[in-house]
This record gives sequence, structure tokens and C-alpha cells, in this order.
Amino acid sequence: MLLDALLLQIGYNATLVTLGSAALGLAAGATGTFLFLRKRSLVADAVSHATLPGLALAFMLMVALGGDGRNLAGLMAGSALSAWIGLLSVSWLTRRTRLAEDAAIGAVLSVFFGFGIVLLTVVQTLSAGRQAGLESFLLGSTAGMLFSDAILIAAGGLLVLASALALRRPLLMVAFDPGFAETQGIDIHRMDLAIMTLVMAITVVGLKVVGLILIVALLIIPAATARFWSNRADRVVLLAGLFGGLSGYIGAAISATAPGLPTGPIIVLTGFAVFTASLLLAPGRGVLSAALRHRSHQRQVHLRQGLLALAQDQPVYEALTRRLLRRNGLQRADGVPTSEGHSRAAAALRDETRWQALRSSAHLSELSARDDGLTLILDVLTPDQIAELDRRIATAPGTA
Amino acid sequence: MGDEFVILSLAPLLIGICAAVACALPGNFLLLRRQALIGDAISHVVLPGIVVAFLVTGRIAAWPMMLGAACAALVAVLLIETIRRLGRVDAGTAMGVIFTSMFAAGVLLLEQSDTSSVHLDVEHALYGNLESLIWLDATGWSSLLDPRALAGLPPELPRMALTLLAVSVAIRIFWRPLKLATFDEGFARTLGIPVQVLSLGLVVTAAIAAVAAFDAVGSIIVIAMFICPPAAARMMTNRLSAQICWSVAFATLSAILGYVLAGYGPLWLGGTDAVSAAGMIATVSGLILAGVAVIGPHRTA
Repeated sequence: MLLDALLLQIGYNATLVTLGSAALGLAAGATGTFLFLRKRSLVADAVSHATLPGLALAFMLMVALGGDGRNLAGLMAGSALSAWIGLLSVSWLTRRTRLAEDAAIGAVLSVFFGFGIVLLTVVQTLSAGRQAGLESFLLGSTAGMLFSDAILIAAGGLLVLASALALRRPLLMVAFDPGFAETQGIDIHRMDLAIMTLVMAITVVGLKVVGLILIVALLIIPAATARFWSNRADRVVLLAGLFGGLSGYIGAAISATAPGLPTGPIIVLTGFAVFTASLLLAPGRGVLSAALRHRSHQRQVHLRQGLLALAQDQPVYEALTRRLLRRNGLQRADGVPTSEGHSRAAAALRDETRWQALRSSAHLSELSARDDGLTLILDVLTPDQIAELDRRIATAPGTA
Repeated sequence: MGDEFVILSLAPLLIGICAAVACALPGNFLLLRRQALIGDAISHVVLPGIVVAFLVTGRIAAWPMMLGAACAALVAVLLIETIRRLGRVDAGTAMGVIFTSMFAAGVLLLEQSDTSSVHLDVEHALYGNLESLIWLDATGWSSLLDPRALAGLPPELPRMALTLLAVSVAIRIFWRPLKLATFDEGFARTLGIPVQVLSLGLVVTAAIAAVAAFDAVGSIIVIAMFICPPAAARMMTNRLSAQICWSVAFATLSAILGYVLAGYGPLWLGGTDAVSAAGMIATVSGLILAGVAVIGPHRTA
């Protein structure tokens, strides 16, 4: 069943929803990355909650003009307008008053949402026959998605994606180094506004599928996931788009397989599953990889200390060190070094002595910062520099 | 102010005021510590806690639900910290990842479980149902002295009043260390104040206030009251004690004005049905904040 859903084999509506969600996830993931790198993820939360009053007002206006209040394009326009006002309010409160951005976000989010709820209750009391179930925009609803809706969502998503990619250079510059961006003639405030406009567009596009409460997840989670996999900004953008698109596609497919699996929450949870897997398993920044790195580093330190002890004929008592020496065939069970153990111990001691000589050398001592107890001096110095160190060791009294 | 007011409006009004003030009090400290969005996060994550409590006990009862919500809040705080440390993700992002995912899980659980027979849905969780908390046993003002009628008060009222009392007492007891740790954490640490414990304690207090208020009035008031009255108060004064007083005043004003406007406003405008009281209270608090942001004496520094 799930396989059929993934292969788009279970009906027209499910296919529409799946493709629309994938386009939305792709666009939201890539756009959200700029927000994430700028460390302003939660502004999106204020923007998305601020769509509610506009949604309700647009509905009322369309009904008052005698039209169908449920026209998706009209609702999108209304919600974009009120999201824009919410965004300007956050910006104004942060810049013109002493309030910090988080307070401004929270204030705008709750007040706009509260006002939206007031308007929703007004809508509910309007002519009962036209109740559009605007509540479905809170959590998204894909049950009655029309072909035109899907086209609108996919086209809107791809348009936002194209704009974000076109602006990626200045956006990334502002995200990483606002000071430098300013010297390059980039207006930071305008770029921030540009990111937010794109975020607002994504929110409006995603209202139908994911709903305004959870759309922020589509902006944040893929970007945070992609960050585990790469340190290069352009790759993070691409990966975030990929993860977002996958979450949208797989999530929508899963939700189509059974009743009681709402599309928006399933997409978010799919994204969260990918996030968790990446947090644990990603190479480099993942938890597992960090733990392995820590273990291997720990072993190297123990082995090195063990070898130095062997070279100076000191007994080794520490259990892990003894085990490592034995397993590497450097020491016998009774504590006597093997011949390979002797030669590696001598090499370790020679390395250590050279590092000590380097520290007292006038023109090489600055390299001593490279001495972390594990790096071999052969990897740091050229052969003739080592030869020079060896001459100093040979002439200096009291060293081996 | 007749008998009808006592029956229909007195209890919701008092519950609204208690909820607003109980959230605004810890909100002052959260605002100053740049943790204002904790209230937002908590009010999202309590949904799965409440649904799980319902699935475990099989009924809508206040205490298990509050316990479930509190557990969910604690789990969320732990998860946010874990992700922040292990994944080296910034605090805002970690919060955004966790609260949206937990809220999504709550919605999914709600859809999967059979809650059609009981009053438990997302809309209710978001904006509560303040208007329905009427005092059926009352006959008029004299009922305030009648023990039998008092026993019929909506249970949310004593619960909310108790919460308000607990929050106030906790802030009064820890006033000095809390003040020190909020304004100068380094100095507080040199004095031997357990800053970390205090910080966690503040979050737990906020969670208790949020969960109790959430049960009575829905999460939208919780978020608004955590932030708007303290933010407005912050722009009125530079002294913490004065700020707290202002925030209590603003919260009370929002609750009263919002409730009255929601209940009677549409009638004055010629409408027939009341609008959402919770939404209106949040709106009024926003209007107060906007007003203070324009004319407040300390709006910039």
C-alpha cells in the first residue's frame, strides 16, 4: 500500500497532494536555509501565525462581494497581506523599541493569531451555508484539493525557490558576515526583508497543505537536518531542498495510505525522523561519528603514553593502555615489550625529544602550537628542519 | 450588573483574570532573560501530553491532563537542550524543531484515537472555551455567600486561583536571587546562587502556569499573556518591581476588557453572537502593547 502510494498509484487526489507537497517541501527547505543560517528561524513562526486575520478577512470580503469565499488564490492574497503587516510589526518593534526580537515575535504571533480567532468566530456566525471550514487552514487539509489548487501550490513553491536561488549570494553573505556584506554595498535590512518575503510566500503557499501552525517546521527542520551533512553553504541549501522535498513526498504518500493520518503533521513527523537520523548518523557532525572520533582519539593518546612509558622502562599499570599495547603486539602479557614494541617506543621517544628541542629553538618554536601530543613531528617539519633539530639534540648536554 | 452577570460572566471573568496574571508574572522574567518564546513552545507541546493523558486514563479529567501536559513540557525542555548540545544547533532552531514535531505528534495522536465522544480537539486546545465556564448554581450576588452555590462554581476557578497564588508565592520567595540572576548572572553565580537550578525553576513555574491556564482558557491566551503585558510594562519603567505591577495591571485590564468586548461588543455593533473571548483578550493585550510602544515613557531605554 505504501509502495503504491510512493509510486503514485493510489488515485488522482493522492497523486496531486503528493506532488504538491513535494514541491512545497523542496521550496520551503531551500528557503528556510537562509533563515536558519541567519539564526532567525522563529521569525517564520510569527509570520505564519499572522496569516490568520488576513485569511478570515479575505473570506469575508469575497463573500461580501458575492463570490465564493473559498477561492484559494483570494485567501492566499489576504493571508499574504496580513503576514506582511505582522512581519513589519516584528521589524518595527525590534528596531524602534527596547524589546528584543524574541519578545516581538511572541507578541505579534499571539496577538495576530488571537485576532484571527476572533474573526474566525465572526465568520462562523455568517450565513451558515457558506461556512468554509476555515479552521482547516490551521492544520492543513488536503481532502478536497483541486487540480487548480495543486498547480497554484506547485507553481508558487517553484517561483519562491527560483527567487531564493537567484538571491542566494547576497543572502548567504548577510547570513555569514553582515559586516563584510555591508562593505560590499549590500543593504542588510533589505536582504532580511527579502528573506522574510520569501518565507511569507512559502507560508501562504503551504497554508492549504500543512496549515499555518506547522508550516514553520517545513522551513526549519530540513535546514537544520542539512547542516549535519555539510559545512558548505550552497550544499546545505541544496540538501535542505532535497530533505524538504523528500519529507513532503514521503509524508504525503504515507498519509494517503490510511484514514486518520493528517497530511501536515505526517509531513512534519517525516521531516523530524530524517532530522533525528541525521543527528545520530551524519558523518562529521553526527553524534555517532563524534563518539567514534572521541574513542579513537582516546586510544591514540593511551597508546602514545604507553609507548613513552615503555621507552623509559617504566611499568604500565593503566588497564586500557595495557590492553591496547598487547592487542597491537607491542607488549607481552608479562609486561615485557616485543621487538616491535621496542622500535615503536624508541620512535615515539625520538618524536617527543624532537618536539622538546623544537620548543627551545629560536625560529621553530612558534610551530609548537601544533604539538597536541599526537601529531608526529615528521608531518609538521621538512627533513632538513628535522636534521637541524637532531644536531641540536646531539650537541645539547643532558638529552638523550 | 444584575443577577445574569453573576451567573454568566463572573466566573469566566475571574478565571480569565487569574490566568492572565498567573502567566504575566513569570513572563516578566522570561522576557528579561530573552526566553520569551518558551511560553510559545510550552503551549504547543502540551497538546501531546494532554492527548496521552486522555489515552491512558480514558476520560477528560483535569489532574491527569495537567500532569500529562507538565510531563510533555519537561520532555520538550530536555529534548531542546539535548539537540542544542549534541547537534550544536542554535536555541531558536532547536526549539522550533521540537515544538512543531511534538505538536504534530499530538495532532496525529488525536486523529488516531477515538475522541469523538468527548470534547477534545485541536480548536479547543488552541482557544479554549472561556465562555462556557458559567456558574449555573448562582442566583445573584447573594450566592457569593451561599456555600451550596459556591460548591457549584466551575472547578477551573479555584484551580486557576490556586495556581496564581502558587506562582505569586514562588516569585515572592525567590525574588532576590531571581532578580540578581536575571540581571547579572555572573555576579549571581559569584554570590553562590545556583543559577542553573533557578533558571530551570523559572521554566517549571512558567510551565505550571501555562498548563493550568491552558486547561481553562486555551493556549492563545497563554502565549499572549506571557509576552504582551510584560513587554508593555517593560516600556513603562526601568524598575523591576514597578514593571511587575504594570504587567499585572495590563494583564487584568486585557482580561476584563477582552471578555467584555467579546461578549457585548458584537451586540453594540448590531450583531447577535459573541466572538471568541480568548482571541479578544489576546487582541486587547496587543492593542495595549501597541499603544505603549508608541507613547510609553521608556519605550527605547
